[in-house]
Amino acid sequence: MTRLIYEFTESFRIAFAQIRANTMRSILTALGVIIGIVAVTLMGTAINGIDIGFQQSLAMLGDDVLYVQKWPWHNVDDWWNYQNRPAIRTEIADQLNRVIEQTPNSLLEIAVPVAGRNGSVKAGQNSVSGVMIFGTTADYSRITTTEIAEGRLFNEVEANAGRQIAVLGSTVSEQLFPGRSPLDQIVDIRGQHFTVIGTLAKQGDFLGIFSFDNQVIVPLNAMRKYYGNRMGVDVRVKVRDKTKLTQAEDELTGAMRRVRAQLPAERDNFSINEQQAFKEQLDPVKKGIAFAGLFITGLALFVGAIGIMNITFVSVKERTKEIGTRKALGARRFTILLQFLIEAVSISLIGGIVGLLLTYGLCMGIKTAMPALPVEFSYGLVIISMVVSIITGIVSGFAPAWGASRLDPVVALRYE
Amino acid sequence: MIPPTVSRSAARAVRPPGALVIEIEGVTKLYKMGTEIIHALRGVSLNIRRNEYLAIMGPSGSGKSTMMNMLGCLDTPTAGRYEFSGKNVAHMIDDELAEIRNREIGFVFQTFNLLPRSDALHNVELPLIYAGMSPHDRRERALLALNNVGLGDRIHHRPNELSGGQRQRVAIARALVNNPSIILADEPTGNLDSRTGEEIMALFEQLYEQGNTIIVVTHEEDIARHARRVVRLRDGLIESDGPID
Ligand SMILES: Nc1ncnc2c1ncn2[C@@H]1O[C@H](COP(=O)(O)OP(=O)(O)OP(=O)(O)O)[C@@H](O)[C@H]1O
Ligand SMILES: [Mg+2]
Repeated sequence: MTRLIYEFTESFRIAFAQIRANTMRSILTALGVIIGIVAVTLMGTAINGIDIGFQQSLAMLGDDVLYVQKWPWHNVDDWWNYQNRPAIRTEIADQLNRVIEQTPNSLLEIAVPVAGRNGSVKAGQNSVSGVMIFGTTADYSRITTTEIAEGRLFNEVEANAGRQIAVLGSTVSEQLFPGRSPLDQIVDIRGQHFTVIGTLAKQGDFLGIFSFDNQVIVPLNAMRKYYGNRMGVDVRVKVRDKTKLTQAEDELTGAMRRVRAQLPAERDNFSINEQQAFKEQLDPVKKGIAFAGLFITGLALFVGAIGIMNITFVSVKERTKEIGTRKALGARRFTILLQFLIEAVSISLIGGIVGLLLTYGLCMGIKTAMPALPVEFSYGLVIISMVVSIITGIVSGFAPAWGASRLDPVVALRYE
Repeated sequence: MIPPTVSRSAARAVRPPGALVIEIEGVTKLYKMGTEIIHALRGVSLNIRRNEYLAIMGPSGSGKSTMMNMLGCLDTPTAGRYEFSGKNVAHMIDDELAEIRNREIGFVFQTFNLLPRSDALHNVELPLIYAGMSPHDRRERALLALNNVGLGDRIHHRPNELSGGQRQRVAIARALVNNPSIILADEPTGNLDSRTGEEIMALFEQLYEQGNTIIVVTHEEDIARHARRVVRLRDGLIESDGPID
């Protein structure tokens, strides 16, 4: 056992002496691994970043909220069957709440109507377009994950009265009122004046598609004045226990069918969406990207591995006589195998460490230059790339090291 | 025995040989070169005792190096019996032979065979590393061995910073360091000038007097004369075996 430790340290000593003696050659070989590791880890950070962005986005939807909507979140082939469904109207929320109240031990907590329309918002000279304008009730505060940064959300009295008041998303607030508080200021939404009573905390992008910060929340009743009473909405339903999401979904389906007075033979004329279903939609896509990305970058690492194998073969050839001498002095096969494996692993590991540092630098650079890009450096990546480079060294060094260990000492000693 | 006429060899003490170390009987070695079979050794028998000083001589191609490799457990015989300290080594596998080489045999090569990038001390420590000795003990033993060959002041020199004679002394220190049963030297003076060669032979003399067992392969009579017994090979057979002159 102790002998093994001494042989290990001796092997490392030889490896580093060898690398120092052949600096240029070792650098070039390590370069192959560096490129491979940078490619693989950058791809890893990108995949990681996509995943984190994805989860953050899904969290914004709320993992304890079910969405009652006309359309499902997954693609459908028979779109015409959905087209003819009746729109979800604001009353549905009230009707659902009544059913929930009547249900003993209901898994559902509350239903809240949320109408969304696109529009632009102005204040003085400043204007923001493409803003999501949400109309909802005071109960919105019970289902949202968004925090209020400044001011407050409207209360029930204000909401029912349809007061012209608004809560601004952080982007809207910053662009309309740069450097000052928007509270009590007047904004212009579709030609109507609204008084700002609060702002939302910054949330970020949803899958990089649209920004949750580019929104305004107003009382639904104020919005109805301009869009009419029959405007379509989503009804968001909060569940009491998110571990029983499926049962809650079943209960909600039943409640909706009651509200809609559907006959048992009829198919549901509404969809119940939840973030999990969304995730299942996107998971295969995500996996596909990850697999393709890692495969392509893995090829770069493979080329690096071939470089190490080549250099180890050269090293064995050059030092055949030394191998003979070591064997004459009592080195066993395993000792020689270990020596060349450690040499291969050392080069590979140096390449891995340098590659990782480069990746870290690149990630930091990308993050400051383009904050929108989802690159996320993780410590798991450090471990993975170290393990990958060690394995690369072992795999690529094995054939030459094995050959060296089996050399006949007499033949090796005679080698010139 | 014939009374000595030349005083030189008579002046030197012949130490009483000890226990049997090497016992070889009817050993042959064949090499296949394509279809041709070369008989490097055709059946040699030889006993070597502890604290003998033996020279193996013979013309080129007579089988000296083959014999040496066999004695040094670098190679195994095609047929015949070989016992080292009572252990049959003829059928040992690689790693078992490595163990014997490490503990029982010290090699001295014509071309020194030092590790070019390691200093004298580390070169001498090498067999002890393979023996599994701790760094502290290793260093102590290696320093002792280097002092013994008169290189106590050169321990941190690399081979290319040493003269040929000094290199061979490092190699001898390396051969000695693990207290082997025998020291095997194949043409140890072959790459040295005659004066340096004599110095190396004087060192062997000293080691012999300290109780070591030494086998030297050479084709020079002058070198062989340092030994106490000479074995002459011809065409893979022992031609003669006896005390010098
Ligand atoms: N590996 C080998 N393959 C084939 N033939 C070999 C091999 N090694 C030695 N021989 C042959 O065996 C015979 C004995 O060789 P050996 O090297 O033992 O001679 P030697 O006495 O040491 O000669 P020299 O004084 O030139 O070193 C020679 O004919 C040689 O050609
Ligand atoms: Mg020879």
